[in-house]
Amino acid sequence: MSNLIKLQNGTATIVAEDAWQIVRVPVGEVEVKKQAGKVVLFKLTGAESATPEQVAATVVPAGKVLLPLSVFLARRAEFASRLAAGEVGVWLETHELVETLVAAQAELNVFPLIAVFIERFADGRAYSMASLLRSRYGFKGELRALGDVLRDQLFFMKRCGFDAFDIRADRSAEDALASLQDFSEPYQGATVIEQPLWRRHAR
Amino acid sequence: MYKYDEYDQRIVNERVAQFRDQTRRYLAGELGEDEFKPLRLQNGLYIQRYAPMLRVAVPYGLLGSAQIRKLAHIARTYDKGYAHVSTRQNFQFNWPELKNVPDILAELAEVEMHAIQTSGNCIRNVTTDQFAGIAPDETVDPRPLAEIIRQCSTFHPEFALLPRKFKIAVTGAREDRAVLQMHDVGLELFRNPAGELRIKVWVGGGLGRTPILGSVLHEELPWQHILTYIEAIVRVYNLHGRRDNSYKARIKILVKALGIEEFKRQVEAEWAFQKEGPNTVTQAELDRVARNFTAPDYAALADADAGFEAKLAEEKGFANWVKRNVHAHKQPGYRAVTLSLKVTGIAPGDITDRQLDIVADLADKYSFGELRTSHEQNIILSDVKLGDLYALWQEARAAGLATPNIGLITDIICCPGGSFCDLANAKSIPIAESIQRLFDDLDYQHDIGDIELNISGCMNSCGHHHVGHIGVLGVDKNESEWYQVSIGGKQGNDASLGDVIGPSFAADEVAGVVKRLIDVYLENRTPEERFIDTVRRIGHVPFKARVYADRQPGKQKVEA
Ligand code: SF4
Repeated sequence: MSNLIKLQNGTATIVAEDAWQIVRVPVGEVEVKKQAGKVVLFKLTGAESATPEQVAATVVPAGKVLLPLSVFLARRAEFASRLAAGEVGVWLETHELVETLVAAQAELNVFPLIAVFIERFADGRAYSMASLLRSRYGFKGELRALGDVLRDQLFFMKRCGFDAFDIRADRSAEDALASLQDFSEPYQGATVIEQPLWRRHAR
Repeated sequence: MYKYDEYDQRIVNERVAQFRDQTRRYLAGELGEDEFKPLRLQNGLYIQRYAPMLRVAVPYGLLGSAQIRKLAHIARTYDKGYAHVSTRQNFQFNWPELKNVPDILAELAEVEMHAIQTSGNCIRNVTTDQFAGIAPDETVDPRPLAEIIRQCSTFHPEFALLPRKFKIAVTGAREDRAVLQMHDVGLELFRNPAGELRIKVWVGGGLGRTPILGSVLHEELPWQHILTYIEAIVRVYNLHGRRDNSYKARIKILVKALGIEEFKRQVEAEWAFQKEGPNTVTQAELDRVARNFTAPDYAALADADAGFEAKLAEEKGFANWVKRNVHAHKQPGYRAVTLSLKVTGIAPGDITDRQLDIVADLADKYSFGELRTSHEQNIILSDVKLGDLYALWQEARAAGLATPNIGLITDIICCPGGSFCDLANAKSIPIAESIQRLFDDLDYQHDIGDIELNISGCMNSCGHHHVGHIGVLGVDKNESEWYQVSIGGKQGNDASLGDVIGPSFAADEVAGVVKRLIDVYLENRTPEERFIDTVRRIGHVPFKARVYADRQPGKQKVEA
């Protein structure tokens, strides 16, 4: 069963089939960072995502693939024809910069799909990343949230420009649909609903 | 008072419904502890030592009598019959039950109140000068722009999960009573020589484990850009602030790491894209919001009253109270009055449901139904006629609300500390009480004069001890409660952070230490000097010498 919610023309539905295959780099040595005995949950901006060996060893299947940013950057020549055929998407981790992707590929609309992988739901960097992808870099394709995606963050994600939400596997996507409607008239202008309330309505 | 329109009300109502569902799912086990935590915090709900604590937002400290009566009702119905004014002008309830919190929020919504973003890693509710709109030294009323920021930051989708809390303060007066430099962003409103409204923007201040005063980020920002500029700051922070260590996650650490020049460069680069965007504020919108702050219908009065003068000469108790608790007002014939919540034996800032009802009555009778909370944890009746002061004093005195100690040594700013707070290293309320007892004599207090004494139960610094003229901080040493004392902190235009005077003290020593500090001041002061001035002139050495004179670590305790 799919747990993927997609927004189309303002209507949210759970899609049964999704052809995109998420490609991950093979697991390497995981360095566990600790602070005062507690495991550190967040990677800092600028941290390396994968070693060159891991990137080189990443297996990319045929068909529609969602590549880790590191793999796309290092091996893009391999995927030129598939990119042209609309079979390549890219996913970023929250400590990676949207600017890194843009520096390598200025026109983002060659990708039918860009995703942000959210390791911890409390990591609000994903919101700014989505906002930048949409409003600054003009990305019009599908923008998907992956990972620790929970219903109580959906309303915010939607307004930052995400239009697809892969709800965490142990949660009900059906239940999550309701949270997309938490607020009917937000105050501020943002990526989705650009005008602030006072410009939308006579107050 | 800010009056809600239908949209304000709808947003608050929708929030209540949302939180009711979240609480239901949490209690049903559908939502994990970790997942519920940021949700409840952004509704002001902490899980404390003994029970949850609910922090209710009081934007700009402004309250109407109907709201105060509602708070009294909540204290009576859902709590143990009292509430607490926090150091950020909010109201806190210490004993609500989690299952009742959605009902409490629904009751608050009936009187245009909420608990939105009073805690959590988000843009917190915006604060201003507690005398905003009535202070004689005010050049710009900060409330309309503060409200515009509040609305923009309420459920701002991009900034809902920041690395850490984010506090904004706004002032438009010559004297900085909002402690701008202690905030993540401080906004100083002023008019330039051409009469145009401009904003001096400070960034990167904050207390806590690494206290830092803010730096200037923009000297003269045109007010129309207030929101886009703040959004640029917060976006840089959201993307680049540290998330791996909560002690290093405030914006002050990022600003320090990058340096103010590089931080400014990044903000300006970001702002270049957003400037002139839809969140740019127009004059019409500023005027509209300003109109929603209703002004009282003042009478045209002379700024003198014969009856008042007579009572002042007759009754020393009244004169003392006027001297300490009555403040200048920009409207002739009116004054602002502080009702003291600093009574010896009662936790600073605590007020009973009965007193809340009385305060509401007093506000209706003497102050157009309007009042305020102060960051010194007192209540202010904002618009009282000179001729009514004597009658008000008598009624307030009968209710235990007229202690004439505002700005004196017993007007202690104190966090809830170990009596309630889960994070505390040590209790703070009993320390405040021991000091209040030692300095109980009013003449003595008046002789000591203006002084700020702040107590925090841990490094989170909710009692703002770094900026107290005398600061007391609870520390944990070998599992027992100790207190570090600092002197020389100050808030306001010439803000400074206090310096620790030396090794820490046991709980029963603290009042004696304060007494010695005061003795050194009284012996050395010039006639016009306040405690802080003497500390600044003669330095810390004489104070330290006196406090530690006969102290051998671990043996001789400091005695009062
Ligand atoms: S300073 Fe510490 S003890 Fe006091 S209220 Fe804040 S967190 Fe709790």
